[in-house]
Amino acid sequence: MPNSQSTPGIAAGRLESQAYQDNFTDLHPRLDDHEALVAADRCYFCHDAPCMEACPTTIDIPLFIRQIATGTAESAAMTILNQNILGGMCARVCPTETLCEEVCVRETAEGKPVEIGRLQRYATDTVMGAHPFTRAAATGKTIAVVGAGPAGLSAAHRLAMHGHDVVMYDARSKAGGLNEFGIASYKSVDGFATREVDWLLSIGGITVKLGQALGNGLQLDELSKRYDAVFLAIGLTGVNALRCDGEDKDGVLDAVDFIEELRQSSDLNTLPVGRHVVVIGGGMTAVDAAVQAKLLGAEDVSLVYRRGRDRMNASPFEQDLAASKGVRIITHAAPKAVHGNGAVAEIEFAYTQDGPDGLTETGETFRLKADQVMKAIGQRLGDANGLDLDGNKIAVTDTGRTSRNGVWAGGDCASGGDDLTVTAVAEGRDAAQDIHATLMGG
Amino acid sequence: MADLHSTFLGIDSPNPFWLASAPPTDKEYNVRRAFEAGWGGVVWKTLGEAGPPVVNVNGPRYGAIFGADRRLLGLNNIELITDRPLEVNLEEITRVKRDYPDHAVIVSLMVPCEEEPWRKILNEVELTGADGVELNFGCPHGMAERGMGAAVGQVPEYIEMVTGWVKKHSNLPCIVKLTPNISNILMPAEAALRGGADAVSLINTINSITSVNLDAMSPEPMIDGMGTHGGYCGPAVKPIAMNMVAEIARNKATSGLPISAIGGVTTWRDAAEFMALGAANVQVCTAAMTYGFKVVQEMISGLSQWMDEKGHTSTADFVGLATPNVTDWQHLNLDHVTKAVINQDDCIKCGRCFAACEDTSHQAIEMSDDRTFTVKEDECVACNLCVNVCPVESCITMRTLEPGEVDERTGMIIPETKRTWLQHPNNPSADPNMCIVRGQ
Ligand SMILES: Cc1cc2nc3c(=O)[nH]c(=O)nc-3n(C[C@H](O)[C@H](O)[C@H](O)COP(=O)(O)OP(=O)(O)OC[C@H]3O[C@@H](n4cnc5c(N)ncnc54)[C@H](O)[C@@H]3O)c2cc1C
Ligand SMILES: Cc1cc2nc3c(=O)[nH]c(=O)nc-3n(C[C@H](O)[C@H](O)[C@H](O)COP(=O)(O)O)c2cc1C
Ligand code: SF4
Ligand code: SF4
Ligand code: SF4
Repeated sequence: MPNSQSTPGIAAGRLESQAYQDNFTDLHPRLDDHEALVAADRCYFCHDAPCMEACPTTIDIPLFIRQIATGTAESAAMTILNQNILGGMCARVCPTETLCEEVCVRETAEGKPVEIGRLQRYATDTVMGAHPFTRAAATGKTIAVVGAGPAGLSAAHRLAMHGHDVVMYDARSKAGGLNEFGIASYKSVDGFATREVDWLLSIGGITVKLGQALGNGLQLDELSKRYDAVFLAIGLTGVNALRCDGEDKDGVLDAVDFIEELRQSSDLNTLPVGRHVVVIGGGMTAVDAAVQAKLLGAEDVSLVYRRGRDRMNASPFEQDLAASKGVRIITHAAPKAVHGNGAVAEIEFAYTQDGPDGLTETGETFRLKADQVMKAIGQRLGDANGLDLDGNKIAVTDTGRTSRNGVWAGGDCASGGDDLTVTAVAEGRDAAQDIHATLMGG
Repeated sequence: MADLHSTFLGIDSPNPFWLASAPPTDKEYNVRRAFEAGWGGVVWKTLGEAGPPVVNVNGPRYGAIFGADRRLLGLNNIELITDRPLEVNLEEITRVKRDYPDHAVIVSLMVPCEEEPWRKILNEVELTGADGVELNFGCPHGMAERGMGAAVGQVPEYIEMVTGWVKKHSNLPCIVKLTPNISNILMPAEAALRGGADAVSLINTINSITSVNLDAMSPEPMIDGMGTHGGYCGPAVKPIAMNMVAEIARNKATSGLPISAIGGVTTWRDAAEFMALGAANVQVCTAAMTYGFKVVQEMISGLSQWMDEKGHTSTADFVGLATPNVTDWQHLNLDHVTKAVINQDDCIKCGRCFAACEDTSHQAIEMSDDRTFTVKEDECVACNLCVNVCPVESCITMRTLEPGEVDERTGMIIPETKRTWLQHPNNPSADPNMCIVRGQ
């Protein structure tokens, strides 16, 4: 008998083949020409536009939307990519409801912002063929970029554009960072992450060395000596633990590992998922894991967060998305113990409350059935490579300078800014500009 | 990116987008920021004689009409020429031109209709280093009552006379700015040419009342309970301006006269259209007033994208390409037959095409019970109204019938050859041979 949603334990193929396709299609499909014109028409071309200010890469939003409105989406794309070379990915993954669209004056006026993200996608999709940027004359300088995620890619592209050569190292077997391994499938369909990386690299001058990890064969001292500058964009490789009894039981896993496997799977039909899934955490990773577990055919999925909804890092839009896919969101509950004989069968939570002493347990507990428990309570920096820290991250200045001369850092591994794709792109770009200015004596 | 560099009367500018003489060019502070924002040139706000400056109203000076979503489509104003002292303007022009040698700085002028004031002000303008002058014969309100502006522009003899004085007393390139408030634009254009003008610019604003306050029973903009006609400009006037530009470009006497086109230019496409009709560059006022100086960035990127796509390497390449195709009605091919086609995939079933066709005259669109709209080819006269009222761009298109196909409405077999009114059987003075060939 084929598996179904109610097949006990952890099983693959819980759904009909077609259902996988339907479930994992584009969350926000490309606007067609008519939709794009109508959406663009709503933009007021605001002066000193608030949306532009709210975009971490400061894309000239009013200008690019006007360019779409006047039938020149390719020019619009260049306006976007000049500021943000991963404008295509950002159009798909930015939580616009907490960035540009949140402050759009039409959100203020009518509660319905201009659809900036989807217009950005409409524009950038027009230039994903031939690479539209060219390189300046060769400078003879070579820069090492460690980490081929959004921060590293953005820096590498900007440096290559300025005429420098770049050698980009990544520990994994594929470039792209979390664009490739982390972002929810329905945000980046049809291999877009891979295509975008290939398109970005086709500017030339960037050598990618995969399977090469800093700290494991590759040392910062050596890179500093060999290259004119080093940019670290190694993201967050450590995962926080639950620190509760039974955490080591079978079926308890890191949400990022689940998502990574899902992103790399060529046949979702063969990907096992629990009948009862419990995700612990309140951020984007938690929501993505919960939603995708549900879309894979789990019978019930609960997302459990220890504080209130207003404290969740996942935006209201994402919370609604989870709810609309059938994920049950439980707040004010902290994990106490994982129960089960070898493999997890149940997980026990304590209710919590906010009080003058911070978060405390009320004394009441409850249990949820669970074949799979996914931990999504944050990631942290793996190894700081001897650099000064600010909190848990590599301390950097506005332009990404670390405590070590000649070494810059940006993206999730560095201090400042939110852990978002678009922020990583901005930091990579700004560090590249500073490296360029420093090397060229400007 | 295509090179947008432009030369007009030997005056260079980084692109063909100039700001028209109006409030955005009324002071140094503005013009500097305009150049920084990307504008290729400016025509400074019209200067008058030395002495006490003109006085503007102190109540509202603008009225407007709007499209959907309060998009400003037409603006009207009752502002006069600059109300700042002549010396101040001249000093500022000198400084700006010195700092922006590669940008065009033209000075617009309007002084009384006598030779001496013109001689005097021209001498002063020459000292600023400005690249040329534009004669404001167009302002329709306030100044006309004083014998200037449109009062000159509506009398070809005056245009010729004043232009002559300007050419006599100055070596600066001279652009004559025309008013559209006349019945035939060729008269003032030809007069300017006779007077020695190096170029014409058009249009200035159109006499208008934009709205009436129904409580106060006064036109808007209303000043203390009364209003007056103002000058109309903005996207709404573009069709009028384009026709006038085309008339001058295709008129034998004026066909070589350089034209700087003005009137409703808001996007790169507006500029390309004016230039295709024969203008060498464009001037912009309302778009900059509505959206700020930054709006030029879209014009720049859009025009260069289009030029790249079309393979034009210079802005001069496409000037006048459409002029030969502007003709009189009698030369249009009456045997060119098209039929409307509705793309059912794009159609949102609003029924606007149906209402328009049904109630206008032709009853050529059919509506089924399930709201499918289709064109009846045997009724469609190809008027294009459905295309124009359809809210979805390119949902309705016009298909041209090929030679040999039958026009189901008239039964005519589409011929290989063309037939205009001059050859048509219904024309009493048509060529009878042509009618015999068609079996009529
Ligand atoms: C599940 C999940 C979903 C997310 N969803 C969104 C979203 O929808 N929208 C959004 O804006 N953001 C989202 N984010 C956040 C976003 O992905 C990150 O902020 C962004 O990828 C950070 O970019 P980065 O370049 O700093 O790091 P990463 O993308 O993490 O890239 C770091 C790269 O460095 C490599 N690396 C690590 N250590 C070493 C080493 N020692 N030597 C060599 N290479 C190394 C890694 O292999 C990786 O390729 C999500 C994150 C997660 C985990
Ligand atoms: C407020 C205002 C003031 C103007 N003042 C002048 C002027 O002083 N001299 C002049 O030649 N034209 C003047 N104009 C006309 C403009 O230069 C231009 O010819 C006209 O507005 C049409 O262009 P547009 O549709 O781009 O606005 C003025 C227009 C406006 C709106
Ligand atoms: S805030 Fe909204 S309306 Fe204003 S420029 Fe930005 S997208 Fe357009
Ligand atoms: S636009 Fe400026 S000057 Fe004009 S009424 Fe408004 S605030 Fe006053
Ligand atoms: S106007 Fe256009 S969209 Fe509306 S019914 Fe007609 S064809 Fe369809």
